[in-house]
Amino acid sequence: MAERRLSALHVGETQEEGGALLTRVDAIINWARKNSIWPLPLGLSCCGIEFMATAASRFDMARFGAEVARFSPKQADLMLVAGTLTYKMGEACRRLYDQMAEPKWVISMGACASSGGMFRSYPVMQGIDHLIPVDYYIPGCPPRPEMVLNALIHLQQNICAERAHRGLEITKMLTAGKTE
Amino acid sequence: MTDLTDKATAEERPSVAVSAAMKVLRERWGDVIELAEENRGQWRVELSSRDPLVDIVRHLKETADLQFDFLVDVTALDHYGEEPRFRAVYVLRSMKLSEDLVLKVKVPEQAESGGTWAPSLTPLFRSANWLEREVYDMFGIEFRGHPDLRRIMMPEIFEGHPLRKDFPMEGTMTDHEWAEWIIARAQRVEESEAAGGTD
Ligand code: SF4
Repeated sequence: MAERRLSALHVGETQEEGGALLTRVDAIINWARKNSIWPLPLGLSCCGIEFMATAASRFDMARFGAEVARFSPKQADLMLVAGTLTYKMGEACRRLYDQMAEPKWVISMGACASSGGMFRSYPVMQGIDHLIPVDYYIPGCPPRPEMVLNALIHLQQNICAERAHRGLEITKMLTAGKTE
Repeated sequence: MTDLTDKATAEERPSVAVSAAMKVLRERWGDVIELAEENRGQWRVELSSRDPLVDIVRHLKETADLQFDFLVDVTALDHYGEEPRFRAVYVLRSMKLSEDLVLKVKVPEQAESGGTWAPSLTPLFRSANWLEREVYDMFGIEFRGHPDLRRIMMPEIFEGHPLRKDFPMEGTMTDHEWAEWIIARAQRVEESEAAGGTD
């Protein structure tokens, strides 16, 4: 039984011309990753509403493989900070980021998340990049859904150019081995 | 059951019981009551001293034909540049009479007038607990007798009281300082949770 299952998985046998698919590990892994970016929406204020519009049927983030909003950081790849980050919320934001598994990316959506926006006031952090690294900033108050999709497409292109083992344990092991 | 709409006209209904009560207040606490009147359907009482506050509120709450037994809100005003500087403001509602009453108490700032404090209403209303914490957080009025007077909105290391008129709009700490504190704290919480504790 176990033998049969193994042979069925063998690509060469199932294709008529006995061909095999050749690619680089980076290319195939990044291709899979970029088409299934699961976002963790951190909807903190009005931009969160605009994110909902982006995810809903009219703009349809599903077209880019990012429709599965995960509300557990452990299942998400992309933290989408949409809204005004107060100092008091900062801890939650940072902890959620820390709990996400590598590889992970961050999009800062809107003026508030990127720079504090119009709120130069005592409870508001002037940009989430004081707390977590950001891959893409989206300007606007709020940004239109098209801009969110645009950032997502840019992020996909960016992922294609990455080394697939970025940030993983194995990278650390490999680089540690090199230096010794 | 009393039907408030049918029983009396809009003018009669508020006035009778509450204006009688205002008279009682003036008689019993005449020296501290600066104002006790109706203004466009709402009752206002202003006190020059905070000392009899709890007694007055208890009277309003426990007198059978008043029953101001719902503390809707506690807030404050900052008359910056005056002394006494603050007013603690209490909004009470009587479900029985369908009436609102706003009670203002002068709270001085200077230490020689006793300092910035007001008596806590927590013995009378459990809802005063968080409301007074909010006023403490925003205005720095200390509520004496409160069981747990901590900040409720701002993080605990926050300096100053943001709704005071002399508070700088952008706060007193830099984002860098905040970030350092937040990251250290997040790490501490994660570690204690990983160790099975609660923070
Ligand atoms: S950027 Fe504008 S729309 Fe977005 S959270 Fe800030 S204020 Fe709201």
